[in-house]
This record gives sequence, C-alpha cells and structure tokens, in this order.
Amino acid sequence: MSDNTTTETVTLTVDGQDVTVAKGTTILQAIDQVGTEIPHYCYHPGLSSPAMCRLCLVEVEGAPKLLPSCVTQATEGQVVHTESENAAGMRRGVLEFYLVNHPLDCPVCDQSGECKLQDYVFAEGRERGRSREPKRIFGRDDFGGDVLFYGDRCVMCTRCVRFMEEIEQKPLLTIVDRGTRSIIDTFFDRGLEEAEWGGNVVDICPVGALVSKDFLHKARAWDLKHTPSVCGSCSQGCNIDLHTRDNLVHRIKPRFNADVNGHWMCDYGRGNYEWMNRSDRVEEPTFVDDGRAVQLGWDVALEALEQRLAGVTGGVKAVVSASWSNEDLGAMAKFVESLGGGEIVFRSARAEDESPLRGFPSLARRRDLVPNIKGAELLGMTRVGGDEGRGGLEGVADHDGLIVVLGDDLADQDEFFGSKASLFVYLGAHTSVGASAAHFTLPVSTFAEQKGTFTNHEGIVQEFLPALEAPGSARPASHVISSLVGAPA
Amino acid sequence: MGYPYSHDSEVPMLTKHFGDPEARTLAGWKARGGYAALEKALAMSPADVIEEVKTSGLRGRGGAGFPAGIKWSFMPKEREKPHYLCCNADEAEPGTFKDRELIRWTPHQLIEGCLIAAHAIQAEHVYVYCRGEFFEATQVFARAVEEAYEAGIIGADVMGSGHTIDLTVHVGAGAYICGEETGLMNSLEGRRGEPRIKPPFPAAAGVFGMPTTVNNVETLCAVPHILANGGEWYRQWGTEKSPGTKIFCVSGHVRRPGNYELPLGFPLSELIHDVCGGIRDDNALKAVIPGGSSVPFLSEAECRDCMLDYEGVIEAGSMLGCASVIVMDEKTDIVHQVRRMAEFYAHESCGQCTPCREGSDWVVKILRRIEDGRGTEEDLDTLMEITRQMTGTTICVLSDSVAAPVQSSIEKFRDEYLALIRRGERVGAA
Ligand SMILES: Cc1cc2nc3c(=O)[nH]c(=O)nc-3n(C[C@H](O)[C@H](O)[C@H](O)COP(=O)(O)O)c2cc1C
Ligand code: SF4
Ligand code: SF4
Ligand code: SF4
Ligand code: FES
Repeated sequence: MSDNTTTETVTLTVDGQDVTVAKGTTILQAIDQVGTEIPHYCYHPGLSSPAMCRLCLVEVEGAPKLLPSCVTQATEGQVVHTESENAAGMRRGVLEFYLVNHPLDCPVCDQSGECKLQDYVFAEGRERGRSREPKRIFGRDDFGGDVLFYGDRCVMCTRCVRFMEEIEQKPLLTIVDRGTRSIIDTFFDRGLEEAEWGGNVVDICPVGALVSKDFLHKARAWDLKHTPSVCGSCSQGCNIDLHTRDNLVHRIKPRFNADVNGHWMCDYGRGNYEWMNRSDRVEEPTFVDDGRAVQLGWDVALEALEQRLAGVTGGVKAVVSASWSNEDLGAMAKFVESLGGGEIVFRSARAEDESPLRGFPSLARRRDLVPNIKGAELLGMTRVGGDEGRGGLEGVADHDGLIVVLGDDLADQDEFFGSKASLFVYLGAHTSVGASAAHFTLPVSTFAEQKGTFTNHEGIVQEFLPALEAPGSARPASHVISSLVGAPA
Repeated sequence: MGYPYSHDSEVPMLTKHFGDPEARTLAGWKARGGYAALEKALAMSPADVIEEVKTSGLRGRGGAGFPAGIKWSFMPKEREKPHYLCCNADEAEPGTFKDRELIRWTPHQLIEGCLIAAHAIQAEHVYVYCRGEFFEATQVFARAVEEAYEAGIIGADVMGSGHTIDLTVHVGAGAYICGEETGLMNSLEGRRGEPRIKPPFPAAAGVFGMPTTVNNVETLCAVPHILANGGEWYRQWGTEKSPGTKIFCVSGHVRRPGNYELPLGFPLSELIHDVCGGIRDDNALKAVIPGGSSVPFLSEAECRDCMLDYEGVIEAGSMLGCASVIVMDEKTDIVHQVRRMAEFYAHESCGQCTPCREGSDWVVKILRRIEDGRGTEEDLDTLMEITRQMTGTTICVLSDSVAAPVQSSIEKFRDEYLALIRRGERVGAA
C-alpha cells in the first residue's frame, strides 16, 4: 500500500448545494451524490464514457461552453448549474432531437414503463415536438441469441457496442454508416448467438431498441413485481431480481453488486427460470400407512413421522441438493446429527469449463451449476456422482435403514430406490419416479418461494427473498425439519 | 506563378513552382534550392527550430489559425515515448483546393516541411493522411516519397544527421470528418473516423496514444521558407497578428477562379474585382463565403471593406477558415446553396453527437421543404433555434458548420426565404 491513506476530496456546488466528493469524481457522479439525476444515455457506470449523447451537459461557471458532466472532473470550488436556463434549455433541445426520428410506438414497445426516453421527455421535454418531417425508417433485425433490435427506437448511445467490446470482449456489434444513417448491426451472418453474456445489452439499452425475444410482449413493465434474489444456476451467485406477475417468473434481471457480478449476469442464468414455474409439484404432505396413502395435513403427517422415526434402525443416509438454502441444509445436518450421525451426500452438475466475463474478471459462469456447493461443503456434506449430476447413490438406493432425501429429484433413479429402507422420507419440490417408494413425501418450497441464503464459490453469504407463493401446502424445508428435531419452526 | 491563373499582386512563395512539372522530381526540387532549409534545420536544436517558427508568427492553415510554433511547443521536451507528426492532407471542405495543388506540384516542398516539423517536435514518424479522392496527387506524392527515401532524405539517418524520421502516406476512404484532427487519428488507427473528446489533447495522447502534432499541408509547406530565410523575413508580408502569405482558393462566379497566393490582410474586394477579374457577366455581387462553406456568409455590404486576415474577416462578420472564397452573384439562389451545404454536412456528420446527428438531418429536411415552397415563417424560427442548439454543444465543430451558413443566411437573406415561403402559400391556396 502507498502512503496515500486519506482520500483527497473536493467540494463543489451543484444547484446551490455543497457536495464533497473524492478527487477524480466526475460532475455526473457528484450530481448523483446530491440525490438528483442528470439525464444521460451514453454514460453507463460499467462502461467507458464517450461523452457523445450530449444529454448530460451542465453549466459550469467560468467555462465558455456547457460541459459534459459524465467526463468532466469535479474540482474544488466549482459552481455547477443543472437547472439554469442554459443547461435545462439545451437538455430540452437534445431531447427534442431524439424525437425527430423516434417512432413513439410506446403502446407496443416492451420498454414502455422502464424507458429512459419516456422518463426524460415526460420530466422535462417540450410538450409538443416541432418536427413535421417524415421519419427515417430502419425496421427490425434479429441480432441472434435472445436479442431483437428495433432500429427506429435506437438512441445511438453505443452502450451495446461498448459492452460487447469492453466487457464481453467479443465485438459482435458495431455501428454501420454514419450521421443520421448510423445504425447498430451485427457482422454479416454472425450474431449474438456466439455471445454468452449478450443478454446484458438488453438491460443496458436505455430504450426499447434491444429487447428480449423470450420476454417479447409477455408483460408490461409496470405489472411486474421485482424481488431481490440470487441466481441459482451456478456457484457464482449473481445478484438478481426475479420479475413476477400472476405468481409466475417472467424474466430475470441482474441486480448490481460491485463484488460479485457488477451490473451483469450470464445468458445461461438469465434464461434458466422456467423450472420455477413448473406445475408438476409435490403439493401436500403424504404418508403411507398400511399400504394406504394418507393426506391429512402437516400436523398428522409430522406426528406420524415422529413416531416412525422413534423406532427406526439401521442408521441414516441422507441425500440433499445444493440448490437448497444454507438454512435448509443446516437443519438437515442437525437432524442427521440428532439421529446419531451419518453421511450426507449431494450431487451436482458440472460444466466442462468456466466461462469468464473478461471485462469483469471476478465474474464467471462457474463450473458448478448449482448455487450452494460451498454452503453444503461447509456443512460437511460430500459430493458424489458424475459431472452430469447423476449416479453415486448406489450405497443409498439399497440402504435398509433410514433414507432422507431433500431437494434431489432423483431423476436418474427407478421406482425401487429406497424400497429396502425401513423408513424413506422424501422432502421434495417435484414429483419423481425415484421417490415412488417413499413412506413420507413432504412438499417443500424452492428458493424462489422462500427467504434464505446461499454461500457463493468465494464464501460470500447472500440473501434471497420469496418472489413466488409456494404451491399447496409446501413450506420451507428448514421449517419441516426443525419441527422434527424439536426446535421451533 | 499561380495556376492556372496568376496575378501581379501575388507573392509566389509556396506556389512559385505550380505548373512546373520538373519541380516535382527530387533533382528538379534540389535545382530550385530544395532541401537546403532541411539541412539547415537539422543542424539546429529542435528548440531553436520551434523558436524560429514562433518568430514567424505562422498560423495553422487548416482552418483554426492556431500558431504553429506554439502548437509544437506543447509537445513534451523529452522523448519518453514515440512522437508523431500527422500531416493533414484530407482537404475536403467545400471550396478548398489548395492542399491538393501543393501536393501535386510541389511534393518535395511538403516532404521538406514535414521533416523539419518532425525534427522540431522530435517525431520519429510522419503520417501524411491524404484524402481518398486525391488519386493523382497521392500518386505524385508517393513517387516523391520513394525518391526521397532512396536519396537518404527520409528514413534512417536523414541527410546524414543521425536522426531517423520515417514517413508513411495514408490514403483515407473518403470521409470529410477524417479531416478533423482527432477523427484523422482514429481513422489512421483503423477505427471509425470519429472525433475524440478533449482532453486528452493530441500533444499528450494523440495517434496510438502517443504525443502527436497535426498540421495542415499549407502550414507545413510554409515551414521550409521560414527556416531558410528566418522568421522575421516571413513577417514582411501580412499583418502583425496574421503574418505571411496565404493561398486563397477562389471559386464561384468570378471570371478567373483558382488559387492565388497573397499577403494576409489583402482586401476582399480587390481579390474579387481585380485579381479574379471581376464577377461573371458583369453581374452584381450578392454574397461571399470567405473561409470554406463552414463559415458565415458575408453580405455584399460586409464584403466591401473586408480585409482578408484572421482578425479582419471576424470583424467583417465571418471567419477566414482555410481562406476558401466562394463568390456568389446576384443570380444565386441562397436557399438552394444553403440547402446543398447543409446536405453535405448532414451526410458527413459522423453521428456521435445527438445535436449534430439529428439536428443536421432535421435542418436539411426543413430546408428542402422550404425550397419546395412548403415552408412557413415558423420554420425560420425553428431553424434558428435548432442551429443555436447545434452550436457549441458537440464533440467537434462540424455541428457548428451546419449552423453557421443557415443562421447567417437567415439573418442576412431572410427575404429570399420569405419569397419562397410566400410563393408556397399562394400555391397552397390555389
Ligand atoms: C469537420 C472538420 C474538418 C476538418 N478538415 C480539415 C482538413 O481537411 N484539412 C485540415 O488541414 N484541417 C481540417 N480541419 C482542422 C483540423 O482539425 C486541424 O485543426 C488542423 O489540421 C490543424 O492544422 P493547422 O494547425 O496546421 O491548421 C478540420 C476540422 C473540422 C472540425
Ligand atoms: S441499441 Fe440500445 S444500447 Fe445500442 S446504441 Fe441503440 S439505444 Fe444504445
Ligand atoms: S454467472 Fe452463474 S450466478 Fe451469474 S448469472 Fe450466470 S449462472 Fe447465474
Ligand atoms: S459534431 Fe458531428 S461530426 Fe463532430 S463528433 Fe459530433 S457528430 Fe461527429
Ligand atoms: S452521458 Fe454525458 S454525454 Fe452522454
């Protein structure tokens, strides 16, 4: 470390308000600190700043011209005006320029409701645009992958081009032609299907020029509920929001976390949500009594289970899934402990390689394609089986004592799994052939339906909140298990 | 010797050998005293060369008129990284045709100027960025460069001085914006020809991120003369603030259009009526654009006392720019001319900045409508406001170049617009 222990600061005035910022901060960031936002398109905190949209121009006393706040550094004693007639008038002018060729097709545009052109123009644009001229028409283009391009809506901020160049570092997008004929395009027959992080361009596009094919016309932005969550598709643990409506996940968006994923997430994680909406769920606690399936609610089921547990012999073998929370897995570990201990195993799919995001080195789609490997390992659980997440349960399948399964769908097992067990308890979300022999089938919620934490590959513990209502009587596994070990649920 | 016409008022310095094919060869150039200035400069320290050019007061001929010696002194004194010189030969401003003639008649004059400047700023490499459409000029120049390399004038050990200076001829692909110095650098690096935001300034981080100076062809061509004869000598022409000679490219409705090398401060009316032989068909003068199509119009009245130096033209109401004098007689349809200029700039806008990208296209559409007789008086107010918002708000000044002719023509020739608009109203009512 250098001797530079104290950060130097500068104090400037923004619209009459003093603000102290670290030296090197831009005026735009200083304005942000004051709590107001200066409109901007080409600036994005995760990308370089070309200062080309000219929307963020501010008046700085003593400067001969308006200055782009996104690249102008804050200096001691600077007096900045964002609301002066000069600055605000120019901003109104730039906004009007954007509307000269913009199609204003908000009613059929997916971005409507979360569009920066709508927001800015509503906030301070002219009531009526003065252009009476015919508009330029570009039409629509398939950019490959999940990305559709509506050329007429583009505000030419080049964020998308810069993301591909600077962050994914696969320059698959470019600007073609110049002047008002400039248009974003892919190269000939290549496109974003070659990208692994291409979906981010949809997020950072400030308008509805880049939209998701998967989400196209599925929901209006203002109808979606956003719930903070953590991606369940690999051990990186990208921070996300689950966007839901009518108890269905409609899309996943990355949520900023400077240490874990910045502004970004991978295409694989983004697209992997349909399973959260699956309908083949275990909904009611069921147990087999004298060959009859009994469904009489949680109290009866748990009481019956407690009785059966009291007489069980032959030792316990447990199988869990590392897609379940630390709280669920922790309860499981305690439960096995209370029964005298035994091995807890988990299986997990592993990709052949990591898939790094070159421009944001701490982020990669990790090899482990489940979120809580680290959590399971820290609880002393052991990985078994192959890289496809199958096999490794030979010793469990024929066990003649107690078998407890949490979360693992047993998708590779047949109906004889656990048939020799003196007691087989399946705490699962989905119905499964492998669980046919279970004496107790107890419905549990997925992480999308409950509060909890995952521990990512670096050991960072991250919380998620319930975005969906669990089906039927399903409840968090930790609640179910804790009631068995006598701890309050 | 001007070319194709010349006049007694001329001071032929840079243009002395125009029309003389022998001056194009190395032997011919040397026979005319060529490369003596380079030899002299190489024996001087870089600082002394810069001092001499500062003394001359030579101002950049690419349009902005920034003093060349001062620009060179911005370069780092110590060469810690490679230094580069870019010669701007992208000449594409409508009405400008001096650099092309300098290159095709006196290629060695330019090479000499480049090498002296490179020595002054301690550049190891000179890039000459030629406009893509300059087929003949580029060929002539490339041949001269080859000759100079063979003779040991360019390359390792320039004229036995121990300095290495290489020179590359780079041909553009035909974009006006690559004449803007930072657009030129991007283009040279193989990127899109888009001007860069400043800072950083070229002397700190220019082409390939290295300290760079960009100079116009005519600026560099004046340098050997200054080194040969001294900075004070150069000041015998021109004014205190605008010393020396300048090539005026005269086009439009004069009898003898062409390049004329005159001392700065020359009267505009004398240029038109005497040097260029007056207006065609003895028509009356209507307007002059004195500095290439990106500067404001001068009305006939404003032309009368206008002196052609950097300060004089500003005083008259426009700018000297690159001294491309476009003369328009009474038969000229101003709105038509403005529309064509605006179309040029709209077509050449690189498209980065919203005011320039959207504004120039909008301006063109309105002007077309007015020309078609479908305009309104409100359109004139809109044009004034759009162009005001295009001025001083963008990365480079191309945007301002759209605005200047539009604004000045509406201010000075409003009745021409109104005539078109009223005619339109009548047509509409019938
Ligand atoms: C849009 C635009 C186009 C330009 N085109 C040219 C050009 O073709 N040739 C040129 O020498 N300078 C041109 N310039 C000016 C250059 O940016 C630069 O100022 C000049 O080359 C510096 O040389 P000087 O100091 O010797 O004049 C242009 C500037 C702008 C804004
Ligand atoms: S497509 Fe979107 S992100 Fe890309 S340049 Fe256009 S507006 Fe910007
Ligand atoms: S990198 Fe991993 S955690 Fe991040 S979005 Fe992709 S799959 Fe999810
Ligand atoms: S002013 Fe026009 S030409 Fe200059 S950088 Fe901006 S968009 Fe490009
Ligand atoms: S955000 Fe500053 S110019 Fe675009």
